[in-house]
Amino acid sequence: MFAWTIYLSFAGAAGMFLLPRESLRGPRVLALTAALAGLLAAVGGALQHTAGGGVVTVSKHAWIPTLGADYFLAADGISLTLVLLTGLVATAGVLFSWNIELRPREFFAFYLALIGGVYGVFLSFDLLLLLVFYEIAIVPKYFLIAIWGSTNREYAAMKLALYSFVGSALVIAGLVAAYVVSGAETFNLLELAKFAYPREFQLWAFPLVFVGFGILAGLWPFHSWAPTGHVAAPTGASMLLAGVVMKLGAYGCLRVAMTLFPEGLAAWRDVIGILAVIGIVYGALVALVQRDFKFVVGFSSVSHMGFVLLGLATVTTLGLSGAVLQMFSHGILAGLLFGVVGRMIYDREHTRDLEQLESRHLSRMLPFAAVTFVLAGLASMGLPGFSGFVAELYVLIGAWQTFPKLAVIAGAGIVIGVAYTLRAIQKGFFSGNELPSPARLPAEHGESAISLPEKLGAGLLLACTIGVGLYPRVLLDWIVPSFNSPLFDGLRKGAGL
Amino acid sequence: MDYPGLIKLLAPECLVVLTALAVLFADLKFWRGLPSAQRLGRGAALATVGLLAAALFIGLGEKSADLLVGTLVLTRVSQFLKLVLLLLTLGTVWLCSDTDFTEHIGEFLALLLLAATGMMLLISTENLLMIFVSLELVSLSLYVITAFNKRSPRSAEAALKYFLFGGMAAGFMLFGFSLLYGLSGSIHLPDIALALRTKGSDPLAMAAVVMVLAGFGFKIAAVPFHFWAPDTYEGAPAPAAAFIASGSKVASFFVLVTLLQAGMPGAAGSGAWKAFVPGWMPIVAILATASMVFGNLAALAQSSLRRLLACSAIAHAGYALLAVMAEPADAKPALLYYVVTYALTLVGMFGLVSVVEGGDGADSISQLAGLSQRSPLLAVCLSVFGLSLAGVPPLAGFFGKFYVFVAVAKSGPTLSSFWLVLVAITMSCVSLYYYLQVLKQAWVAVPVVESAPTRAGGPLVWVVSLLAFAVVLLGCVPELLLRFLR
Repeated sequence: MFAWTIYLSFAGAAGMFLLPRESLRGPRVLALTAALAGLLAAVGGALQHTAGGGVVTVSKHAWIPTLGADYFLAADGISLTLVLLTGLVATAGVLFSWNIELRPREFFAFYLALIGGVYGVFLSFDLLLLLVFYEIAIVPKYFLIAIWGSTNREYAAMKLALYSFVGSALVIAGLVAAYVVSGAETFNLLELAKFAYPREFQLWAFPLVFVGFGILAGLWPFHSWAPTGHVAAPTGASMLLAGVVMKLGAYGCLRVAMTLFPEGLAAWRDVIGILAVIGIVYGALVALVQRDFKFVVGFSSVSHMGFVLLGLATVTTLGLSGAVLQMFSHGILAGLLFGVVGRMIYDREHTRDLEQLESRHLSRMLPFAAVTFVLAGLASMGLPGFSGFVAELYVLIGAWQTFPKLAVIAGAGIVIGVAYTLRAIQKGFFSGNELPSPARLPAEHGESAISLPEKLGAGLLLACTIGVGLYPRVLLDWIVPSFNSPLFDGLRKGAGL
Repeated sequence: MDYPGLIKLLAPECLVVLTALAVLFADLKFWRGLPSAQRLGRGAALATVGLLAAALFIGLGEKSADLLVGTLVLTRVSQFLKLVLLLLTLGTVWLCSDTDFTEHIGEFLALLLLAATGMMLLISTENLLMIFVSLELVSLSLYVITAFNKRSPRSAEAALKYFLFGGMAAGFMLFGFSLLYGLSGSIHLPDIALALRTKGSDPLAMAAVVMVLAGFGFKIAAVPFHFWAPDTYEGAPAPAAAFIASGSKVASFFVLVTLLQAGMPGAAGSGAWKAFVPGWMPIVAILATASMVFGNLAALAQSSLRRLLACSAIAHAGYALLAVMAEPADAKPALLYYVVTYALTLVGMFGLVSVVEGGDGADSISQLAGLSQRSPLLAVCLSVFGLSLAGVPPLAGFFGKFYVFVAVAKSGPTLSSFWLVLVAITMSCVSLYYYLQVLKQAWVAVPVVESAPTRAGGPLVWVVSLLAFAVVLLGCVPELLLRFLR
């Protein structure tokens, strides 16, 4: 069932070129159909997934016997969570891209190709296959930003593509070395995870692969592609970038670097923990002083991804589960925040400058946007009742067990997070002394009222964050047992999970 | 001496030569008065028939043979490679069908086919003299077709540079061969290998290695023997440049790896990090590193598509040279997968070049602006080729590089050659930048002036799309090609 997520997305992308060139409606409908079908396949696969914590094979065929690489798709609780996330954000992203009028066929073709690659990464248990999907996701990002983007788009697109490519180059180097050193002639993750690499080798291979994936996860100091990329990207692409592409990096860190090289992790975990906390605090502080609304959200992503990396560095079941849950939660929330800022506000007001927005009374002009943003903001501050709370709580408890000092600093990061979110809410929606001029009252604002697709997309994402916030076991029951599987034996032995 | 047997084994080559003569004759005798488009079409059709017949003979004929002490050696791999060469020739022939750079259509096609014959002979011998003679057949034909655009002074300049460098390189190579003969008393590779086993580190053997590598370094455009490449790629007619970049590369790399691995294993030495041992390994390592670094950095500064392709060809020669250093079991499959898919890509690229530059011969990258709006199909093909050259999966260029990296990393003591992989990976990050610059023109940029709708004849578009399809297919399912190369 899961495999269909990949095929449907790529089929949708290819199908775009069969549509007439001028059609506006066709590409939208096809993209929505493909994204929804992918989401349904993901949900269907998740419902079928009953095995406690094990890895369930989805599809396995010999692919390149010369190197021992297989076409091996499988899923455990972790990949399942992220596949669901991808389906949700992809669907919402199409709904938020409903107003694309410039070359819509190509836009949605690149969009769906990106989604297909992302699904593929989350489902691959063969490392070469994982790498292939990982790189497939790079190129569409470049075009999405360079063609349909805004501020500084060509620069941002190239920066993002090069950062991603450098990251995957590090990963390739590490993988080639791991393949050769193991001598097992296989890229099967389950096999390689059993192999105990020599300690000296792990000491340099681990940082290579971890940083390679970490670049995409916004690991400080390699995060700088993220804010510029998010800001320049068109709304749908920002949602995907912050929502799922950054998760690719974090997922790779966990799935590949940590699983293969547990002793390397044990040696480097303090460094990672420190970098993660710097990311949390730095991202939050920078977000506090941005004038561009999108940059606030962009830097908040860096900060929130810091929690994911901190959770990974704890190497406790609590911290790791928290990290995975935070990936889900941040994916939903980042999608939502970028949707509100990029689509609901920027496409109508044509500015994202908080100083200018201050006088526009957006809480009255666009009440739906204001409500959505406030809810999403509360969720991303980590208020109880939303997904962000559970996730960050898990991470902090895990961190408390491993690095108490860092946990305190990360806690301070949450407080700064409250500050920048409140500042953005206040400046963006609730400022301005005098009442809005009658000419700009909602009644006469008819054509720019929030459209149905936007409402549907926002509703979908809000429902998820609240649902998971109220009943986190819906995901945790999948995530937590996954860490008991034999796949993590090495991590238990080598890094004391 | 079994002449009928020899003829039977050489039937494909003979057929290609006969086709060359037939095209020449028919064009002179019957098609003189026709418009050049028709002459090209008929010539290409006749050549196609001949090439397909030759391919059929290869498919039906003997798969392995060793005649006259290594003068004619057929193996499964070399027979398959001949099919590939025929295919590349076929693609190149149809690239001509849309250009009007010459009146001498028969001569051009005949020379192209003669070069193909040379390449086919080149890969089916283990005899130094035969290697040299076939290489000269290839080179002389290619020099001439480079100069074929008589209206363009750049074409003449390109040919002269190519010829002067080529002549010099041939001299070096011949000198190297003579030293090898002097050392071993034989021109048969296995005998030379035997003799060199004891004299591996003999200074004379080292001199021979250097000379031979200088000669081949020119053929494959490795730094520091690369100076001809940018000018030749820029000035030559597009089909000629395509053939220089594709067929000639495939054949030269095959001979190079045979010569080094089968003929001089005793003089291999080692290119391991901080543990160089004199021999051809360290020299190849240095050539490869220099080519990768120089080629990729130089390509960053190019604004002409053809010069960019030339610089990238230098870089790709560097990557491919890495495979020469792999263990014998991996070297040939890795190298041949790499160069074959590279050759397919380059024929396609030059097809696109000839579409884009149109009549005036200008080939600035900015002429691609807005290609995605003018011709979505060609823009997709361009992206496939460009991204494959950059090494982005799931295209053939990615797997080619990956396999080469794995093969090199496996050779020698654990990870002793890993530094080469690191250099290669670093430089391929650089390369993404300039390939994306090209793609950016096609997809992002808006043409400055309203360009005429892209003029592209049927066959050319077909060739380019089929090649793009092959690049995707071989990238997704590399085993399709690999199974023939082991």
